[in-house]
Amino acid sequence: MAIDSEVLVVGGGLAGVTSAIAAARAGADVRLVSYKQSSLRQASGLIDVLGYVGDEVVVDPYDAIPELHEDHPYRLVGVETVRDAMALFDETVDGYHGDHTETNALLPTHGGTVKPTARYPAGAAEGVASDDRDTLLVGFERLVDFDAPLAASHVEAAGAPFSADGVTITFPGDLQADAKVTRYAKLLDQNSPVAVDGRKVDTRSALAQRVASHLDGHERVGFPAVLGDDHTDAVRATLAEELGVAVFEVPMGPPSLPGLRLEDRLFDALDRSGARYEVGNPVVDYEGEDRIERVVVERNGSRVPYSADQYVLATGGLVSKGVESDREGVREPIFDCHVPHPGDRYDWFEDGVFDDHAFARFGVDVGSDLRPRGASGSVEFENLRAAGATIGGYDFAAEKSGSGVSIATGYAAGRAATEDLT
Amino acid sequence: MSDSADTPTEESFEPTEPNTGEEFEPVQVFPDEETMDLRPGADSCTKCSTCDTNCPVAEVDDEFPGPKFQGPEQWRLKQTDDGDEFAVDDSIMDCSNCMRCDDACPSGVPLSQMHNEARGEYVDEQMSKLSTEYWRNRILANYRTSAWLASKVPRIANVAMNFGPARWVMEKTLGVTSEREFPAFATETFSEWWAAQGGAAGSRERAREARERRGEPLDADKKVAYFHGCYSEYNTPEVARALVRVYEHFGYEIVVPEQGCSGTPMFANGMLDDARRHAEVNVSSMADLVEEGYDAIASCTSCSLALRQEYPELFDIDGIEDVAENTFESIEYLRIHEDVRGALQDAEIGDELAEEFAYHAPCHARNQGLERQAVELFRDLDGVAVEDVGDSCSGISGTYGWKDEKYEKSMAIGEEMFDHMEDAESTTGMTECPTCSMQMEHGTGYDIRHPIELVAAALVE
Repeated sequence: MAIDSEVLVVGGGLAGVTSAIAAARAGADVRLVSYKQSSLRQASGLIDVLGYVGDEVVVDPYDAIPELHEDHPYRLVGVETVRDAMALFDETVDGYHGDHTETNALLPTHGGTVKPTARYPAGAAEGVASDDRDTLLVGFERLVDFDAPLAASHVEAAGAPFSADGVTITFPGDLQADAKVTRYAKLLDQNSPVAVDGRKVDTRSALAQRVASHLDGHERVGFPAVLGDDHTDAVRATLAEELGVAVFEVPMGPPSLPGLRLEDRLFDALDRSGARYEVGNPVVDYEGEDRIERVVVERNGSRVPYSADQYVLATGGLVSKGVESDREGVREPIFDCHVPHPGDRYDWFEDGVFDDHAFARFGVDVGSDLRPRGASGSVEFENLRAAGATIGGYDFAAEKSGSGVSIATGYAAGRAATEDLT
Repeated sequence: MSDSADTPTEESFEPTEPNTGEEFEPVQVFPDEETMDLRPGADSCTKCSTCDTNCPVAEVDDEFPGPKFQGPEQWRLKQTDDGDEFAVDDSIMDCSNCMRCDDACPSGVPLSQMHNEARGEYVDEQMSKLSTEYWRNRILANYRTSAWLASKVPRIANVAMNFGPARWVMEKTLGVTSEREFPAFATETFSEWWAAQGGAAGSRERAREARERRGEPLDADKKVAYFHGCYSEYNTPEVARALVRVYEHFGYEIVVPEQGCSGTPMFANGMLDDARRHAEVNVSSMADLVEEGYDAIASCTSCSLALRQEYPELFDIDGIEDVAENTFESIEYLRIHEDVRGALQDAEIGDELAEEFAYHAPCHARNQGLERQAVELFRDLDGVAVEDVGDSCSGISGTYGWKDEKYEKSMAIGEEMFDHMEDAESTTGMTECPTCSMQMEHGTGYDIRHPIELVAAALVE
């Protein structure tokens, strides 16, 4: 027999989890299967909806959606669905700010650019670039991903309405040259005593003491996003109290703690929704013709069938291997759904790094029902819907729309799958 | 297509598989041995560092360079022309073999295989066979031998092994921490109990009765070979007995083939020769049964992981792949083949077991995709609440936390789990792994049960 549920979601990133939560809240018996940890741990932890249309910065994503081309996933699901989906995110996922307004917030990044985004972790809240308080950015000598003086001058050059300075200090304790971000976070989470001038001092206090002499009138201090994992609010609160100024985290590149924390919060929300989930084994095959009857999960060489009435494909795009390419072509590996792409692979990309590349829009072709369509335009399987970066036709990196499309299409696919239950 | 003569190879690119291409020349890792070539794995590493952020040791140990170094980077260093000059770094012995890095890697790099090979080489070529560390590790890794001996005189062993002065001597001479209490040895081993139940013949009879009661064909093809492992044999036979009752309840006939240690503690201590010796016994008896249509089941998640993953990665023994493909964790197997969910929905729990459990998923269960199994399964059982205490590692990692110099580190890793257990409603713990169970008990004083015991209490008693 097969492991059975009403809705089976394949993929455990933002799209898959949102889809599973939406279906569970609509009353379905849901299971989510994911091969690996999602690419969220490579992401900033910011939730973008729409940051740019062409070269223009977007102020209000909901106003800008109608300007997108009509096959864009946002146009397919409709602007009201995007709103409802974001409301579901706000309701189910803890620890995020930005839902007080529909307009974008501007957040400084670790490179010192300013990014338009719709939701940001509580830890980044004091750092918003529209705030005019003078800012001190603090980097750690051995954490080379964040050069605080450079980031500070970039932020100023970007026209931020405050003055920014950067300082690099040595993190207290005897950390090795390539200590992992999780090592910094663990020390701060547990507030372990570290050696400072022959004395033992709690990590948080020791860090605050090293920063204090550089404060020099700045009203807020930004650290690289390593301020704890489990107890990040407490870590920030202690630092803010000891320094007497506001404290925030600057989102970092991979591997990213804000991404890890978001993943944890999503899975907590998934658990609360009543959906079942399992991570660690890939879906490798399916059975069925017009309808998917079962999919096959491979567990250490043995093939285990999973059956459901409705399926959601949310395995991600090229980065997450939900869409694969080789010299012959581009394909979706589980159900072999059609992925439109030029026959000549020299047409897949342009010469400039920031040019308008075709590969950035590779993904399955869906209609407004989110069902993948074949080359002729006909629905591939009546009980399969796609969500998130598996869907093609938009360039999330250029638009800053990755999280929003995942949440909106995940929500729509999960709801539609539940409505279609036989 | 316009691609031209400068195309190096026509072979297709498989992102999750090692991409070797035409010009790939296999490299002999250890010249005298037929070991696996790890170059494709090393080449697949994109340096994304996801493994490092999953490493529980790197989180607490300022000396430990992390899995990315221990695996692909160290391997590569050793392949240079003067690779002989690069010895395996001592820090390989600080890896606890939790194997979380395997599960973490998005590019399919066989990290734990690389660690196991490097550790084996380190112990073979760089660790003195006269050192206390070698013999301490060897004794710990061969727990089965000590346990077998102790089981002959369980009552005396239970007193002697935890006798204060003796433990002081063990710590000072061998480096086995005196902080921990040795687990008690059962007065009746599982094998003794199994023989008293009539062994395989008795099981066949009871399975037939169950099938008749369940309305299933008497000759249904329901047979499993049970790999009980050392711990349920000598220390917690109640887990093995519960498994037997549950499987027979569902109409399965059980055989208990000749078996040694799964090898888990030996891999973790770089004792690959010892592990191979035991693997040969296990594969030989299991492969024959698999050929006869049996599936192998294990109640210890480290045992099932060893048979499924480490065996085919490290050894080339006839039938080893068949055994790996047909081995399952005990509850996983039932979930695939029986309606356990439905059965538990209709069941209630007697009052001999607790009502609330703080569940910890062992790293080795996580590696098989099983970390949510117990939480999911018991959600449907009336009168029972199972709370997941989070995704941290317990920190003991088998023999690791028993070593004097690793004890503090082991407890630092475990702290997160202890905190979450204290925060949970229950004062009874639950896990599938015998040594996680020791650590949970050591850190909180809770009584710890195996999920199969709860299934048995719900469905059989």
